[in-house]
Amino acid sequence: MEAHAVNPWVAVAYLIAGICFILALRGLSSPATSRAGNRYGMLGMTIAVVTTLLTHAPLASDYVSVGYAHGYEWLVEFVHLDVVTAIEILAAIAVGAVIGLTTARRIAMTAMPQLVAAFHSLVGLAAVLVGLAAWLNPGAFGILDDAGQIFLPSRIEMSLGIAIGAITFSGSVIAFLKLNGNMSGAPILLPARHVINFGVLGAIILLIAAYVLSGAGGPGEGMLIVWITLLAFAVGFLLIIPIGGADMPVVVSMLNSYSGWAAAAMGFTLHNTAMIITGALVGSSGAILSYIMCKAMNRSFISVIAGGFGADAGGAGEGGAREQRPWKRGSAEDAAFLMKEAENVIIIPGYGMAVAQAQHALREMTDLLKEHGVNVKFAIHPVAGRMPGHMNVLLAEASVPYDEVFELEDINSEFAQADVAFIIGANDVVNPAAKTDKSSPIYGMPVFDVDKAKTIFFIKRSMGGQGYAGVDNDVFYMDQTMMLLADAKKMVEEINKSLTD
Amino acid sequence: MDFISILSIFVLACFVGYYVVWSVTPALHTPLMAVTNAISSVIVVGALIAAAAAGAPAAKWLGLGAVVLASINIFGGFAVTERMLAMYKKKDKPGTGKGGK
Repeated sequence: MEAHAVNPWVAVAYLIAGICFILALRGLSSPATSRAGNRYGMLGMTIAVVTTLLTHAPLASDYVSVGYAHGYEWLVEFVHLDVVTAIEILAAIAVGAVIGLTTARRIAMTAMPQLVAAFHSLVGLAAVLVGLAAWLNPGAFGILDDAGQIFLPSRIEMSLGIAIGAITFSGSVIAFLKLNGNMSGAPILLPARHVINFGVLGAIILLIAAYVLSGAGGPGEGMLIVWITLLAFAVGFLLIIPIGGADMPVVVSMLNSYSGWAAAAMGFTLHNTAMIITGALVGSSGAILSYIMCKAMNRSFISVIAGGFGADAGGAGEGGAREQRPWKRGSAEDAAFLMKEAENVIIIPGYGMAVAQAQHALREMTDLLKEHGVNVKFAIHPVAGRMPGHMNVLLAEASVPYDEVFELEDINSEFAQADVAFIIGANDVVNPAAKTDKSSPIYGMPVFDVDKAKTIFFIKRSMGGQGYAGVDNDVFYMDQTMMLLADAKKMVEEINKSLTD
Repeated sequence: MDFISILSIFVLACFVGYYVVWSVTPALHTPLMAVTNAISSVIVVGALIAAAAAGAPAAKWLGLGAVVLASINIFGGFAVTERMLAMYKKKDKPGTGKGGK
């Protein structure tokens, strides 16, 4: 059998699927075109799946495929269909569809980061299973040479696919547990963890080399594959446990990237263009998102991966020695009165808003303010929320129009004209220490210039708590700041009450 | 296809991915992650091949398992993206279908 003898039409079908996936991402350049983009994605997936089902229909074992010289042989093969296997495959798809659709329908928007982490773990595990299946039955994938050995390049691609998939899986499981609160967000630091991690990674690479060069390259031969799989599971686990909760947006983006590279590696094994294109797209997407997140926190990618951020912040000395500075406490009535009279109000929501489920009350507040002729805008920091763009989704869910929501660099110059900056559930992203205090752990992080606004309202549960980074915030003590100490949702509801009176 | 053609496709697709993803508006980064999740499950192609192949029962069951996992992702990923995107609305719905900017 000639390796990878494919009908040109089949290759074209996979290429079209790949192009559909490119269009799916392209559609996301604006909310107006995004839904059409998503449809392209579905179309591409349908083409890929249907093509595979037709060209790789399960056949009765006594039937010998004659290949696809003319392109209509699948009709002949249809008669020889192995019905039991066909039903099993369709059932497997149906089971996945039911689980996937019910999850997608039920999941709360606040839980989106966990869901995405869980989905990443599934892609990773699927890549591992496909890789192991290719190892056990290479003939089906067309990667056996005449001597009954797996092609050398295919061995590299296959073992890389398995390794990346396994790292994605176990890493995503840890990320899921941390995001879902089943596991503490605090970094778990093993002694000599860098040595361990590099050691295990090095061992995986050596084992892959050993497997590729070994004589045992037949179907299911070479137990090294099993060791590679197990070590890769371990390394995914070890890589993510030392990373703290604050860095989870980067981790989720990074695992997104890995799941893409795993798919690309399997695409190389199968010589499948749809998988290679998709893998490259997803891989770049995750890498770019990680970069954006790191930049928004002024952290280097290496330092995020090295982990440990937030481990020492609690006991950094300033905890007890923090000076007591005077601050002003405001009331809901003050806030309502001042915002009603204001011309421009900028609202800065943070993850605390989502935790308090205050987004709907907040949208009501903006509606009431608009009735009073106030110009209301939302300002969103790239790291607001628990994953890239999370806050935008939460506001969209509360029916805030997306053209009232602005990114950091687009709105930062407007604080000088703003009468009120209304901070709800955010903290570090408005901390001026990021601009002035070189010793601060968040120094260099781009922040909102809220101090330029005439009045600042800061909703916070109490004066005790601090942001993720565990640093004090000068904004609390500014002359124009009024602290609104309460649960975010209750406070906004009270403001709404005073606004309607 | 030989290795070099495949590598070429891969490298060019990386460049396409780079430029396409930078053009994604930050407001849609969460749907972007959800949809990339769904499309990376195109790995289901490999799973289907393994599940359909006769001869190695273990490989077949691994393949079927992978089909279930990838299907969860495909259906779940696209559905949750659709759900999120449906929530993004413009101000006051002026009726002009043109969006963007």
